[in-house]
Amino acid sequence: MLEQTGLEIKPKRTSMSDYINGKVRQIPPSGIRRFFDLVSSGSKDVISLGVGEPDFVTPWHVREASVYALEKGMTAYTPNAGLPELRELIAEYLLSRFNLRYEPANQIIVTVGGSEAIDLALRALIEPGDEVLIPEPCFVSYSPLAYLAGGVPVGIETKAEDEFKLTAASLEAAITPRSKVLLISYPSNPTGAIMTEEDMRPIAELVEKHDLIVISDEIYAELTYGGKHVSFAAMPGMKDRTILASGFSKAFAMTGWRLGYLCAHPELAKAMLKIHQYAIMCASTMAQAAAIEALREGLPEVERMVESYNQRRRLMVTGFRQIGLDIHEPKGAFYAFPSIKSTGLTSEEFAERLFAEAKVAAVPGNVFGLGGEGHLRCSYATSVSQLNEALERIGRFVEKLRNG
Amino acid sequence: MSELKEKILQLLKEDARYSADLLATMLGVPAEAVKAAITEMEEDHTILKYTTVVNHAKLDEDKVTALIEVQITPERGRGFDAIAERIYMFPEVASVYLMSGGYDLLVEIEGHSLREVANFVSSKLSTLDSVLNTKTHFILKKYKQDGVIFENHEGDHRMMISP
Repeated sequence: MLEQTGLEIKPKRTSMSDYINGKVRQIPPSGIRRFFDLVSSGSKDVISLGVGEPDFVTPWHVREASVYALEKGMTAYTPNAGLPELRELIAEYLLSRFNLRYEPANQIIVTVGGSEAIDLALRALIEPGDEVLIPEPCFVSYSPLAYLAGGVPVGIETKAEDEFKLTAASLEAAITPRSKVLLISYPSNPTGAIMTEEDMRPIAELVEKHDLIVISDEIYAELTYGGKHVSFAAMPGMKDRTILASGFSKAFAMTGWRLGYLCAHPELAKAMLKIHQYAIMCASTMAQAAAIEALREGLPEVERMVESYNQRRRLMVTGFRQIGLDIHEPKGAFYAFPSIKSTGLTSEEFAERLFAEAKVAAVPGNVFGLGGEGHLRCSYATSVSQLNEALERIGRFVEKLRNG
Repeated sequence: MSELKEKILQLLKEDARYSADLLATMLGVPAEAVKAAITEMEEDHTILKYTTVVNHAKLDEDKVTALIEVQITPERGRGFDAIAERIYMFPEVASVYLMSGGYDLLVEIEGHSLREVANFVSSKLSTLDSVLNTKTHFILKKYKQDGVIFENHEGDHRMMISP
């Protein structure tokens, strides 16, 4: 309905939803949300493999450092890009750990979690209609964030037979003249896939050839098993083409602190800092104080946690194989992503019935995009006894499906 | 010590009930290797015992624990070992450590009452020839022992499902 207001013609708003930005109206709520509501409704004696965060509490010395900072009255803003000391430490850490050299003064921005880093990168890069290439299954935020930034998310299906790695062939097939950004995340949530240097070489060549820019979410970089993580930014010629997004959540068990960072070419960093300074001002000061302690003294603790995840990873993979579900070996993060196709159920049917009949909560693979259908994301960041019990319950449930 | 043994011990210290098969799966090695390593460590007394950490405050029983500082004169030729042995053989003695600093032995005594512990100290411990003097400290509350927190208030605050 139209209403005459002076010279403009303005549509009359008839419901509250008419006030909402069209794009926001269009993006569906996260598929995980629906499952969350279902699981939260009745949850006695349920074992959850649906948790996307470490089961460790932040190491005490890190918490203690933050408490001390509060006691000293560290409650004011920090510089937009974060405490200089923290940025120095991030630079040192990236150099020693991943052989990446970034200038703390103009290439590193401390963000509110890795999520803000991704959002900043997308908003700083995307013009309306730019295509953002996103290998899937992937973290649920990428596509909506790319869309909200004005981009066109283009999913690229990765497959279990490729261990859910991005292949050059599938990337090349998805590239069009409108392609601008490739958004990758390895080690991967939800598949546990990693990309080795060898795997990334042909990808880097295509990035160069098609003049793409890469947002590399490496939040799980510390959590690899067997081989050390290689950053996409460390590939020859890729540093200036890559915005590295990472953070403290997974490596240091600091999810609730909401602390991440991004590293980029100074020009790109300057652009992202503009958005960050207007939208956020700065990341939480006491969280930054904690992160300083984490980087200074926390690395041995990280190693212990990684060792523990690795033990549980082996338990989980062996367990699924014994149950008779196909599973590729996850080499990073803390997720197993078994295939449940042999049961004849869809991911959602399987997950819902598993919850109702066996009291195990896990996330149906389809919520993570293309290639996720037929799989189940099972986090092994939970105690060994819970994992054993969960595997037993899943085993009985699958047995029942097969016999029924 | 081999890396495997170290890892096995680390896990068994977390939970002594982990089976050899489970340990093998978690460590990514054959079960036979784990079983052999455990047998070896049991035989050479690297592993002394599998036991249970009990929170006695939860039990309806009277239990008193005291730490006793003991100063002694070492015995010629046998140093502190002989007197330590005379002390640790008493079943009331839960642990004995040779210490540096202001006293020599730290003796942990368990009993059912203050009186019982006090009696033990005055009649059995102080009367030993080489014991010069003792200082008894009763434990009022245990917060943490052998890495285990007795009342851990931390809990799991994570949501059931998160992305």
